[in-house]
Amino acid sequence: MAGGAPGGASKSEIYKGNGPKLLLPAWLFIGVFLVMPVAIMAIYSFLTKEFRGGVIWEFTLAAYDQFFLDRGLFGDEPPSIEWTYIGIFWRSIWQAGLATVLCLLIGFPTAWFIATRDVKARSVWLFLITVPYWVNLLIRTVSMKFLIRDTGPLNEFLLALGVIDTPLALVNTNFAVQLGLFYSYLPFMVLPIYAAVERYDFSMSEAAADLYASSWATLRLVILPVVKPGIVAGCILVFVPSLGAFLAPDLLGGAKTFMIGSLIEEQFKGAAGNWPFGAAASMILLTIVMGVLLVHARAQTKGER
Amino acid sequence: MAKPVDLRRFTGFRAITWLCLFVLYAPLVIVAIYSFNDSTSITRWGGFSLKWYVDVFTGPEAPKFRDAAINSFTIAIGAAICATLIATAAAVAMNRAGRFRGKTASLALINLPLMVPEIVTAVASLVFFITIGFKTGLLTIFLAHIVFCIPFAYLPISARMQSVPDMYEQAAMDLYATPWEAFRLVLLPLMVPGILSGFLLAFIISLDDFLITNFVKGAGVETLPTAIFGSVKQGIKPNIMAISTLLLGVSVVFVTLSWIIGRAGQTKR
Amino acid sequence: MADNAAPLTANAVEIDNVVKRYGFVTALHGVSMQIGDGEFFTLLGPSGCGKTTLLRCIAGFEDVSEGAIRLHGQDIAPLPPHKREVNTVFQQYALFPHMTVSQNTSFGLLRLGWSAADAEARAKQVLDLVQLGQFAERRPGQLSGGQQQRVALARALAPRPKVLLLDEPLSALDLKLRQAVRSELKAIQRETGIAFVFVTHDQEEALTMSDRIAVMSAGHVQQIGTPREIYEAPSNRFVADFIGETNLLDVTVSRVADGAAEILLPGGARLSCPAALGARVGQGHLSLRPERLGITISGQGQLQATVEDHVYLGTDTQLHMRLGSGEALVVRLQNGAGAIPERGARLGLEIEAGAARLLSD
Repeated sequence: MAGGAPGGASKSEIYKGNGPKLLLPAWLFIGVFLVMPVAIMAIYSFLTKEFRGGVIWEFTLAAYDQFFLDRGLFGDEPPSIEWTYIGIFWRSIWQAGLATVLCLLIGFPTAWFIATRDVKARSVWLFLITVPYWVNLLIRTVSMKFLIRDTGPLNEFLLALGVIDTPLALVNTNFAVQLGLFYSYLPFMVLPIYAAVERYDFSMSEAAADLYASSWATLRLVILPVVKPGIVAGCILVFVPSLGAFLAPDLLGGAKTFMIGSLIEEQFKGAAGNWPFGAAASMILLTIVMGVLLVHARAQTKGER
Repeated sequence: MAKPVDLRRFTGFRAITWLCLFVLYAPLVIVAIYSFNDSTSITRWGGFSLKWYVDVFTGPEAPKFRDAAINSFTIAIGAAICATLIATAAAVAMNRAGRFRGKTASLALINLPLMVPEIVTAVASLVFFITIGFKTGLLTIFLAHIVFCIPFAYLPISARMQSVPDMYEQAAMDLYATPWEAFRLVLLPLMVPGILSGFLLAFIISLDDFLITNFVKGAGVETLPTAIFGSVKQGIKPNIMAISTLLLGVSVVFVTLSWIIGRAGQTKR
Repeated sequence: MADNAAPLTANAVEIDNVVKRYGFVTALHGVSMQIGDGEFFTLLGPSGCGKTTLLRCIAGFEDVSEGAIRLHGQDIAPLPPHKREVNTVFQQYALFPHMTVSQNTSFGLLRLGWSAADAEARAKQVLDLVQLGQFAERRPGQLSGGQQQRVALARALAPRPKVLLLDEPLSALDLKLRQAVRSELKAIQRETGIAFVFVTHDQEEALTMSDRIAVMSAGHVQQIGTPREIYEAPSNRFVADFIGETNLLDVTVSRVADGAAEILLPGGARLSCPAALGARVGQGHLSLRPERLGITISGQGQLQATVEDHVYLGTDTQLHMRLGSGEALVVRLQNGAGAIPERGARLGLEIEAGAARLLSD
């Protein structure tokens, strides 16, 4: 998702002519174990479902039909729009978008603050932000669940303080899912923005101040536009995985907070599954994500010109 | 005279940074603390004890977690080594082999595992293995892990290779080194920090993975994340907190390691 | 690749009509030159003139689009860099940071199949030559810029190449050090007897060190000659202007014969002076070296001019003058010899012997 900028092409030709040979293992692995599986999913989304999981090789649009259209219980009514799954997607997009905004609101000031420390303090701060980034996501999500449980430390603490009389029922709510997403992907926002702010030339702030800009005007008119690529990268790094997140909604949410990840997962687990429908939902998710990344890549190459 | 304004300072940013740290660490610290709880009830504090750590290693669930841990570490080491080798070869191609057809497409391909949502990769891998009649188990986990570790290994390796100017290899070849000798004797030693961070990153990413593993693991095979997930589904128990704290420790050790390597790499140049 | 396999010639390197293209851009337009054995040969020109490209073609880092490069008579076009008996001192030295000075120096020898003991002995010998024997076990990062430069030189000399290529090796050093290293480099070249091909954009460096200089511009060789020839007998406007300081005057040429020309100066005076090969009758350009023009009282001398400004330069003073015909002219006067003329003063100018030269273009 880093857009490949750090992996960009270099002009050196020391091992000229060996490029394709050296790339063969990467092509082989990613081609066979990622591109082919996704291609198979794309095909399966147009096949007929087998009731115990799997597919029958008969072409049909039934999976997409089921996703978008409601034809009544017996499939004989005139089609109207089916809101269930669109609603799940919409909720996912909304949750992911909100998580992105929250991460940005906390992440930008944090990144800024760290990047403006002196070199020694900066490396300590950066270390502190990096540690959670490397900690197992499952463990982090479980920890969050433990913290906010009805009888968890947070409620105990608030009860002891007398702020509340009865424990807050936080688990299995949209709020808990949101908290989980925000908490999961916050470091993804801080690091790219930090990298951008670190490169920011502070004489530009001095120039702005010299030209009568207040510090907030400088932030709005100079700093934010200059570090925008880092902000956009951070937003994508939070939004995209949040959209397809599974752990936070599964562990912290409930039936009412269903998100795309769980919807897809359900179609492939156990006998109640529906592979073509799960494949179709996966393709729709993939399309949304690729769309976001493509728009970003376009904007980036335009900016480079 | 007016006090000069610090243009780097914005009111409230320090407080937000502390809040950010608090949010990131509070759950982890709390779990770490409660993992030393003597009480069987996970919420009441019953004094300091190591009994849940003892339980992890000797309790009724100990064999399950031991097997899961062995699986996790074996796969992580193997997948990280393979991904590092593949990524190093790819980085040489992208940074040292001039222009050739398919170069841009190759870069996109290497980054593809980062772009496809994990849940999609997970179900697609499952469907793929079932379709081609490949029995899911340790081997399928291993193969799937190599794939998503490649871009994580590639990023630091390629970045490092870009920062090593090719004049060193040119000098080596000017001094009668063959291309392979130039790679082995000059580029590779200079690449060590990048390759190590690539390996560490790939290792930790593999160790962390739950979602893809959960789909391609097959019946009866567990890694630590899937074992923890299965256990948590029945409620958070104190032994899970102990395991989590141990894994947390592993992560911290690894970040510290990669931190030290990164610094060594910087000061060397 | 034994020495006797190639026919013996006096030339270490022959560059025969070499053309180098990068896509639509041509970096070298048919460059030819012969570099003698044991010669200190300099490629001089502004950045982008093709001098480094030519050097990299000789080393083998670039392949030539047309033409041939011969090393002691043998065409080296098909050889990759590691099979060419030339070594390079790189601009940024390219010392391997993970090896000691001694390991750096013996690197090439080991690749050539020398035994470890022989390679170490040779490395010590070359390091002593550059006076770095006591630093053999240090890493390049622990040495000063000047010391690193000498390690780079030792490393390239150790395998006794037929030709040593030096790509602006002094440009990373500060001015004082640069001047000291020049004479040292020249002494080492004489001592080893290896042909040096030295790339620089610094004319002073080129003039002080070289046996011969090739002045290059825009992918063409402008002139090849000894430093004295290049400075005193430039062949065209580029060389006259690039080497040292000069005044270029538009003149009318009435006669050219046997390397001399009859010229009508602006203001009407006649002058006979040496002419470059290829100078023609008609309109031409005359080079006047500013330090070889003398001022006289008004009315005397071949040119009449007004002082517009003077710039004090320490050892001498630069007079900015304007001819009656409107052309600007610079004259250098040594300080201490007498009073400096006031602004607005009208003076005569005397063209001393060797000051003027009719150029080919």
